[in-house]
This record gives sequence, C-alpha cells and structure tokens, in this order.
Amino acid sequence: MMPSSEAARNVPTGPARKGPIGIEPGRINAGQPGTEKGRVSRVGETARIDARGVYYKTLNGQIREQIEGGATRVVLDNVNGQRYIGAAIAAQGVTIEVNGVPGNDLATFMDGPTVVVNENAQDGVGNTMNSGLVVVKGDAGDVLGYGMRGGRLYVRGDVGYRVGIHMKAYEDRRPVIVVGGRARDFLGEYMAGGEIILLGLGESELPLVGSYVGTGMHGGVIYLRGEVAGHQLGKEAGTAAPTDDEMARIEELTLDFCTRAGCDAAEALDRPFTKVFPYSHRPYGKLYAY
Amino acid sequence: MNERERVLRLDTAGGEGARGLNRWGEVDRHSARRPYGGLPAPGSRTPDLGGRPEYTAEAEERILGACGLMGVCDESGERMSGELAIRSMASMHDRGNGLGGGFAGYGIYPDFPHAFCFHMLFSDDVAKDDTEYYLARHFAIMHHEPIPTKPVRGIQDEPLLYRYFLEITDERLVETQLSAEDYVVHAVMDVNAHIKGAFVASSGRNMGAFKGVGFPEEVGEFYRLDEYRGWTWTGHGRFPTNTPGWWGGAHPFCLLDYSIVHNGEISSYGINQRYLEMFGYNCTLRTDTEVVTYLFDLMLRRHRLTPEFACKALASPFWKDIDLMPAEEKKLYTALRMVYGPALLNGPFAVVLGMAEGMVALNDRVKLRPLVAARDGNRVYVASEESAIREICPKPERSWMPRAGEPVVARLRGAGEPSDDRAGRGGAVGAVALATAD
Amino acid sequence: MAEMTFTRPEFRVRIDRETCIKCGRCVHQCGWGVYVLDDEGRPRPDHAKCAACHRCVTFCPADAITIEKNPLAYKESDSLSAAHRKAVWRQAETGGVLLTGMGNDKPYLRIFDHLLLDACQVTNPSIDPLREPMELRTYLGRKPDYVEVAPAANGLGPRLLTELDPQLELQTPIMFGGMSFGSVSLNVHRALAMAAKELGTYMNTGEGGLHADLQPYQDNIIVQCASGRFGVHADYLQAGAAVEIKIGQGAKPGIGGHLPGEKIDEAVSTTRMIPQGSDALSPAPHHDIYSIEDLRQLIYAIKESTGYKPVSVKIAAVHNVAAIASGVVRAGADIVYLDGFRGGTGAAPTIIRDHVGIPIEIAIAVVDQRLRDEGIRNRASIVAAGGIRSSADVTKAIALGADACAIGTTALVALGCHVCQKCHTGCCSWGICTQRPELVRRLDPEWGAERVINLVRAWSHELAEVLGALGVNAIESMRGSRERLRSLGLDESTSRMLGVKPAGLGH
Repeated sequence: MMPSSEAARNVPTGPARKGPIGIEPGRINAGQPGTEKGRVSRVGETARIDARGVYYKTLNGQIREQIEGGATRVVLDNVNGQRYIGAAIAAQGVTIEVNGVPGNDLATFMDGPTVVVNENAQDGVGNTMNSGLVVVKGDAGDVLGYGMRGGRLYVRGDVGYRVGIHMKAYEDRRPVIVVGGRARDFLGEYMAGGEIILLGLGESELPLVGSYVGTGMHGGVIYLRGEVAGHQLGKEAGTAAPTDDEMARIEELTLDFCTRAGCDAAEALDRPFTKVFPYSHRPYGKLYAY
Repeated sequence: MNERERVLRLDTAGGEGARGLNRWGEVDRHSARRPYGGLPAPGSRTPDLGGRPEYTAEAEERILGACGLMGVCDESGERMSGELAIRSMASMHDRGNGLGGGFAGYGIYPDFPHAFCFHMLFSDDVAKDDTEYYLARHFAIMHHEPIPTKPVRGIQDEPLLYRYFLEITDERLVETQLSAEDYVVHAVMDVNAHIKGAFVASSGRNMGAFKGVGFPEEVGEFYRLDEYRGWTWTGHGRFPTNTPGWWGGAHPFCLLDYSIVHNGEISSYGINQRYLEMFGYNCTLRTDTEVVTYLFDLMLRRHRLTPEFACKALASPFWKDIDLMPAEEKKLYTALRMVYGPALLNGPFAVVLGMAEGMVALNDRVKLRPLVAARDGNRVYVASEESAIREICPKPERSWMPRAGEPVVARLRGAGEPSDDRAGRGGAVGAVALATAD
Repeated sequence: MAEMTFTRPEFRVRIDRETCIKCGRCVHQCGWGVYVLDDEGRPRPDHAKCAACHRCVTFCPADAITIEKNPLAYKESDSLSAAHRKAVWRQAETGGVLLTGMGNDKPYLRIFDHLLLDACQVTNPSIDPLREPMELRTYLGRKPDYVEVAPAANGLGPRLLTELDPQLELQTPIMFGGMSFGSVSLNVHRALAMAAKELGTYMNTGEGGLHADLQPYQDNIIVQCASGRFGVHADYLQAGAAVEIKIGQGAKPGIGGHLPGEKIDEAVSTTRMIPQGSDALSPAPHHDIYSIEDLRQLIYAIKESTGYKPVSVKIAAVHNVAAIASGVVRAGADIVYLDGFRGGTGAAPTIIRDHVGIPIEIAIAVVDQRLRDEGIRNRASIVAAGGIRSSADVTKAIALGADACAIGTTALVALGCHVCQKCHTGCCSWGICTQRPELVRRLDPEWGAERVINLVRAWSHELAEVLGALGVNAIESMRGSRERLRSLGLDESTSRMLGVKPAGLGH
C-alpha cells in the first residue's frame, strides 16, 4: 500500500533541483539554484539580459561580465526576486536598469553605478552603500539605506520601516535619501549623518510618517514636507523650521529627485518643510553612572 | 506489556482532565489541571493522567528557525491548483535551507467536507496499528488511505503517510460532554503525546497539511499538490538552526482547521507557553509555531474574538498609541492588552494563519520580519517577498506593505454559513479520485 | 552590681587628633549619643553606643572620623560563635527577647545570585532599548479570562463588552512596600509619596494611617489595613488608590507589632487615632480573620466600602505559601503581595527575623505555578518583595512570575539608611526611622524624593536593557518567562522548584 517510498529512497540525493524527478520544469524559476544564463543582446554599450528564471548568482555574474566588457547600460528584463543586483560593483558611468521586482539587498555595498528600478523594490535597498545612485520608481521595502555612507537613494513611492537607519557621514561623503511617498516607523533611526527628505506626494490614507522618527538620532538631518506630531518623534530628536540655506538645499535635492523619479516639482515644493534634527551628538552622555 | 495493552491504558489517560472542560471548551477552574489530557475510553472515567509523552528526540529541543512563507486565498471560494503555492515557494528557495517545507490547502477534500481529516505521520507499522486502533475506538472512520506521493530527488526517509477521514458519533459526544472540536483536540493531544512514533500533521475539516524535510518545492512536488485544488493555500520553507529536520517539525503546524506558517522567532515563548498551559494546551513540540497555533485556537474558537482583535492582542499596539486613542477605543485596547499580555507575541515574526473562514497574515509590532501583500480580483496574496507574489500573479491590482501588527485578513464569502455551501464547489479533482487512480 | 556587661562594643570609633578641628558637629549629628566633648573641646566616643551608621563620618568637615570593627579576639568556635556568646550574655543580663531591625542578614543561600538571564544571538535579534520602544507599564489587578468585543455597527466603533475590575497602573513594575508612619518618619512618607507620584507608581502607608499632608498624593498611595487597624476609617480606605490587607510580613511572619509609646508623638497619635504616649500594639492575627472565608468577608467589606477599589493581600512567604496564595486569590484579592524572608521591619524578635519563612524567589515560583495549575493566575497580580536589592533582582523576580516588585529597605537606603539595623531604637541619625523632631528634620523630603526617583529611573533603564537583550519590548513578554532564566550552583530540587533549567541546557 505504501506509495513508492522504496522508489523514493533509491533516488540519488544531491543539490541539483531541476528537471526529471526534481521539481517539474514548468515550476522552475529564478529562486532555483542553477547555472543557466539569461539571453543577452548587446547593442553598442547597451546590454540587455533576459533574467527570467535565472538564478541570482548567475545573473549577477552576467551583469559584471557585461560591465567588464565595456557596457555602460545594462538592462535587465523579467527580473523577479534576484538578490544582490548591483552588489559591490565599483564602476563609474554605468547604469543598471531593472524591469520587474528585484530581490533583497539591491545595490548593497555599491560604489558608483546608477541603478534604476522601474517597479517596486524589496527590503534592504542600498545596504551599506558607498556611492552611486538608486532610483526606484515604485515602492521600496524596509531597512532602506542601512548604514549608507554615500550616494543617493531616490524612491518615488512609499517606503517601509527603518529607512535610513544608521546613515552616516564621513568627510566629504554625505548620503542622501529622498522619498516621494510616505514612510513607516523608525525613519532615520540611529541616524548619524546625511540627509533624508520625505515628500509625501499625492493622496494616501497613510500618514506622512509613522512613529519614532529620528529615535537615537545623533547626526544628520531629516526634512519632512508637512508636519510631525510630538508623539511621533524619538526622544533624541527635535523639530524646527529649515533655514534659508537649508531650504535651498532641499530645493536642490528635490528638483534633482523629481527630474529623475518623474515627479511634479511644483507639488513637491508647495508647502513648508519641517526639519528634524538631533538634540545632541552624544545623546546618552548622562545615562550612565560610574 | 504488549502494544494492545499500552493503547488500552492510553485510553483511560486524562479522564479527569476531560471532565474538567465544560461544553464550551473552557476550563472548569475548580478541578481541571490538564483539560486536554486526552479522551476517556468509551464508558470509562478512571482518572489517570498517563505517562510522559514519548517523542522523537527533536521534540525535546526547542526548534528555532527563520524562513520564507506565502499564502493565497480566493475570497469567492474558487479553487486554485496547489501548483501556485509550489511555484511561489520555489521562488524563495534561498530563504530556507532544505530542512523543512510544507503547505496547507483548504477546500481540497470535497468528497468528505464534513469529516475531520487526520493527516498522519508514522515512524513504523506499530505506531500505525496503535493509532488505527485508537481512532477506530473513538471515531467512525469514513475513509482512509495512504497520502499519495511520488518520488522526488531530495526527499528521503519519509515516514509512513496516511490520512483518515473521521466522524464522531453523537453517543460519544453525549458521553464525553464535549463539542466535536474539543473532542478532536483531545484526540490530537492523545495521539501526539502517547503513541510513540505517531504524529498528527493536521486534523481539520476539508483541509490538510503536507509537510516534510526538503525544500518546499520538493515537498510540494512529492505530495503531488499540483493535483489538488483549494481556495486557500499557505506555504513555508524552513531554515532550522539547531536541529536536523524532522517531518513533524516542518510547517505548517495545525490544530483543527487552523494552520500556521511562521517566519521568525517568538522571544516571548516561555510565557506564551505557560499561559496556554493554563488553558489546558500541552506544548509538547516546543516550537514557537505550535504556540501561535494554540493561541489562535484559544482566541478565535474558544474566546470568540474576531481575527482582527485576536491579532490586536497578539501584536498589541504600543501603550503610547493606545493612550492617543479616543476613550471607547482606548478602553477596549487597554483591556485587550491587560488580559492578553501573557499572549503577546514578542520578537520578530510574520505568520500566516489558514482557517476555514479564510486567511490572516500578521507581523510583529515593530515589523522585524518581512511581509508583503497584494490583491487581484478575489484573490489575496501574502508572502515574505514581493517577488513570490509576482511569480504567481505578475500584475496585481494592488500590492502593499502591511503595517506592523496590522493583520491582512482574507475572508471567504459566505464563511460562517454551513460548509455545505462550499463543499461541492468547483468539482475539482478530489483526494479520493486521486487516490484510486494511484 | 552596677551595669556590668560581658558584651564588648561592636565597633571602635577613631578620631584623628591631628585633623579634628573640634567643631563639635559629630556630637550634634550622632543620634546615639556616642560623643561628648571633653574639657579641651575634643569629642570623646563611647564605643559601645556606636551603630556604624556613618552619620558622623559623612558630616565631619575634617574627614577625621573612622569607624572600625572591634578587633577584639574571641576564642574561635564554629559551634558557639562570638555572636552566639554575645546573645547569651545579653539575655543572661536582661532576660529579654532579642530585638532587631531591618531584614534577615544571615548567610542563607541568595537564590537571585544563582540565576542567570538569557540574551539573543543571531536566531532572533536583541532590541536596542534606547531607541526602540520598551514598555514597562504594568497593570495590577484581576483580569478576566477573556475579552468580549461588540463589533462595529451603526457607525459606532467596536466596543468592549467585558466589565473590567479596577486596576493599578504602574509606569514601571517597581513600587514601595508598606512602612508605617511611626516606624518611619513623616518625611520618609513624604519623600516616597512624591517619588511615587512622579514615577507613576505607588507608595504604601503601612499600618500607621495616612497623614493629612499626604492627601495630595493619594492617587499614588496604597493604604494598609492591618490587625491593629490604626487610623483605619472609611475616609482612609477611600483615600488610597487601593487597599492592602496585611496578614503578615516577611521579617516576622505570624508576629504582631509593637510601636513603643515613646514614638507616639502628637502627629503619630493623630494619624493612628490613638492616645499620645500609649503603646501601639498590632495583634499577630486579624481578630476578624481566623480562616480563609473570614478573609473573603473582610476583602468584600473593603471593596464595598471603597466602591470596589483593588484589594491587595500581603502575606509572608511561609512553607505553605502556594496554597495560602491560592486561597487568598479565591477569596477575592486582586493582588497577592508576597513578602520573602529577607524583608525588613522596624522591629522584630531576632529569632523570628532570622529563622522563619522562605526566600521570595521560591515563593514567587511556587505561587505563580500553583495559580497557573489552578487556572486562576489571571485573577490576581503577584507583587514580590522582601530582599529586592537591585534591578537584577527585579528582573529575575518578574521572570519567575511576579507582576511587580516592591522595595522598602532599598528605598530607605536611597534616602540615606546605612543598614545599621537599629531601627527599633528610634535613634536613627539619618532621620528615617525615628520620630525625634531634631532627627526627622534632617531628611528633606524633596531631596529624598529626587534620590528615590533617580534610583527607580536608573533601575527602569536597566530593566529595559535586559528586555532588549532578551529580544522583547514589553515587560509582559518577560513576566513568568522562566525559559529565559538558568540556574548556576543551585541543587536540582531547588531548580525544579523554581521551574528553571540549569545553565548549559538550551531551549
């Protein structure tokens, strides 16, 4: 009566997951480890890779291959869930364009390139990024720009929790995040440097920003288009109106964002901004007894 | 002592406990210690709390793990092939480590929509014989058969896999003064705790859990889920950190119609478990997921909270936010939190609850585990990664990031009415047809 | 024979003649009368009177005073120690019962120091307590088994249908234990009341009534009703946020109290509603409670008289504490206050203080488990007291199953108490355990309140640090979570009693 357990036991085991007696070929997708490459078409300095069903490791290898081979624009079609796109690529003047939803840790450790995502992005975009630009035309998930040291992250839509967590500035590096939509709790948590601009464009049932804004903040600055209530702020952060110099900076960044993300600049600057700043660079100086 | 005697002794276990439950499944606070200690043997009321549960070694160690999960529910009750769930989980292959995968499907047994279907894992024939003896003694077995599988590379050492479609006679309900649901809970606790080598993977009506050791897509393929059709599917890939895979330890974890797939760790496990023990649940598997399942059973079935309020108790708003609410709401949320404080699920988690009425997905209070939701027509999707949704629904009408502690609830229309309405719908390939074809 | 005694002074007071500036401040500061000035204006100590309370040391402007242990040697005996001999001599001289103050100071096993906390690594993240929300708010009182909610309808939002019993809301799970006005000074009461209000927690009057000056703080005061019923009247019961029935006390379970007439000055007399100068005697039991059903009668009498405020019942941790606590809960108490054998007192017979009762750690564990086994843990909150010395103790007590902890002696230490254990003499140089006006006024209530506030705030921060390490952000997720404790160096039966696994065992 037992259904084929003997047969199952006789099947050789191993890491391969595809094809006969593994999962059906029709169900194989980009999540499955594999070495099959995506189809590449190259026109001049533009390379186009069909990423459908291509495992992330293979895909990222192909991207690097194209950049090393002189491509300055790499277009990825049918991306779905491939992780680490753009990871640790150190190159100037290179653009990676993503059609589909890229996987986690997009542009992590990236140093130089531009990544444009035409749809939504997942969690961990720009993790510990050093320089470069990421433009997400849709929404992005949680922990955007974690520990980011330089470069810019532009998200046209909404972002999740813990955006800009532990962003820092170092010498002439000043990381920037501009978000066209709304942000959830813990925006700029532990923030140690750099700038975050949150625009909250368009209509939404969501509040501009969640709670615990700038909690643990000890450097950098957040500009919100609109207001934030006292109970939404972390206890280490205060609010003020931006100075003229700061407004000039906001305009500069916002205009650049609107150009690249395709937003209405007039709407983006149609109301006053609130500045969220850290009270102290050493917020816990008095917490301890010796 | 031969095996028969052992089972007979088992029958009498927990008689006192059973008496300690009233017909609403609540503990009679004056006498009960272990209300879910087991079913009394027919005609027997000998109080005896029975021996220690005998289990596989893994169950003695608490199972930790991080994972990927998905769920899809068609609110109109239209059935979908289990292939969707396999494909979605396959895209999150790297979230698991191949030591556990599983699925739950609802509406998959239209031929026996009213029978409690026990999906059983047996380590050997003795366990199977003991369990069948036990089930025959306490239930009317409408049908039983092996769970159909096919050989798949990567799946090995599977236990004996059987399913039993069970009904409870009115006499037994009268005799035990239990609701049918509580009767089943007693039986599940009995088999899991006392029959060595037997494990109830699921015990609901018109649903089943299919789980094992392997990557989820392999497990799904092994169980031939593409041949089932259901209106709700949940899936899970496991990344256990400290234990070799054990088939019973894979997700989903089920009790009655409730199935849980879970990503993350419940840091409040210690108190959640002790809280549940007070209501008679025996958390013998020592997994976080077991605790979540029992908490939902307690709140939804026994305390009759709506899924929304159960979730507001399990992932309560912060006091800061409760204090800002209007008076009536504040009172309600304060009460929920005061009363269900020990049930608060703390630590990072995302869970998907499958149930007869639909599906609920919930995140922890500060969103430490990922969860994305989407809707397309009647279908509600949730997954750890958006790409897992796009894999089976490339262009949803709407996709969003659920807020921390804010449940995503999908409700089958007509849920709550007699299940006949949904029973025969769709005319899909039933389990029995599938089995006879085997 | 004149006052000949074999007991030699416990301490030696040394005054550095070189640095002493003969200001006489030590003479003035010492409440024990240790110092007299000699003809040359130099202070001369009577060593026998010194309690090592350090008042003179702290206030000597020349830093000229040192207190030393009397190095006098006794022939060693592990059986009849020097302390035993001194006690025998003292009783041989007086025929009296040995009296002492504060808590049991004998070297019994300190279980708290054998419990270790868990922390998160990799499989679940620890939480940063400084930046993420950490919730310590605690509600004490009876909770229903479940909550009923009426769904939203007719444009109205969802409503709570379950009627909740009144609760005490604590912003941090630390409160102050009962210490009566009479045994401590009014300024102590004032300081604790101010601190309780500022901290969002509660002070407890003890059994000596509520002084009129404390009325502004009554929302943060628990009034006690003990066997002597001092100052207990309807207004008093209604004044507090809750009422505590004191059955027993950890330092002296089964023993009543005796506040000597000398301490009954005008203010104490008014507050306790007894004549000035008469002794205030608390009977050992409540003479209307000879059994558990009588306790129920008193609990409901108080509830009826107060519009159903929460009622706490304070019991000493004794051998049968689990069953007693269960009875107390079934009798209708909203809070069970457990006082362990290290708990303090203003005065108790040494034999009782040092030899009766059980540790609070075990009491918490067995009571919490018993109430769970009976399915009634939600019907009452558990407050643990008696030997809580640090935030680590608070954490471990809560992880064992307490809802909150109360501190008495430790709060007094924050106010300046040096634990000289001479509370029963009424000579406290720090103005804490005395009614002598010149001593009482040494304690500035506002200064004292600030110190107590600092202490509890610091502890609360530390609690948050522990919660963060445990990976939870609400105190209720640690409460009763014994899974997060391990024992080190405890015998197996004690570990089992505590429901705690030995260190080295995983989940």
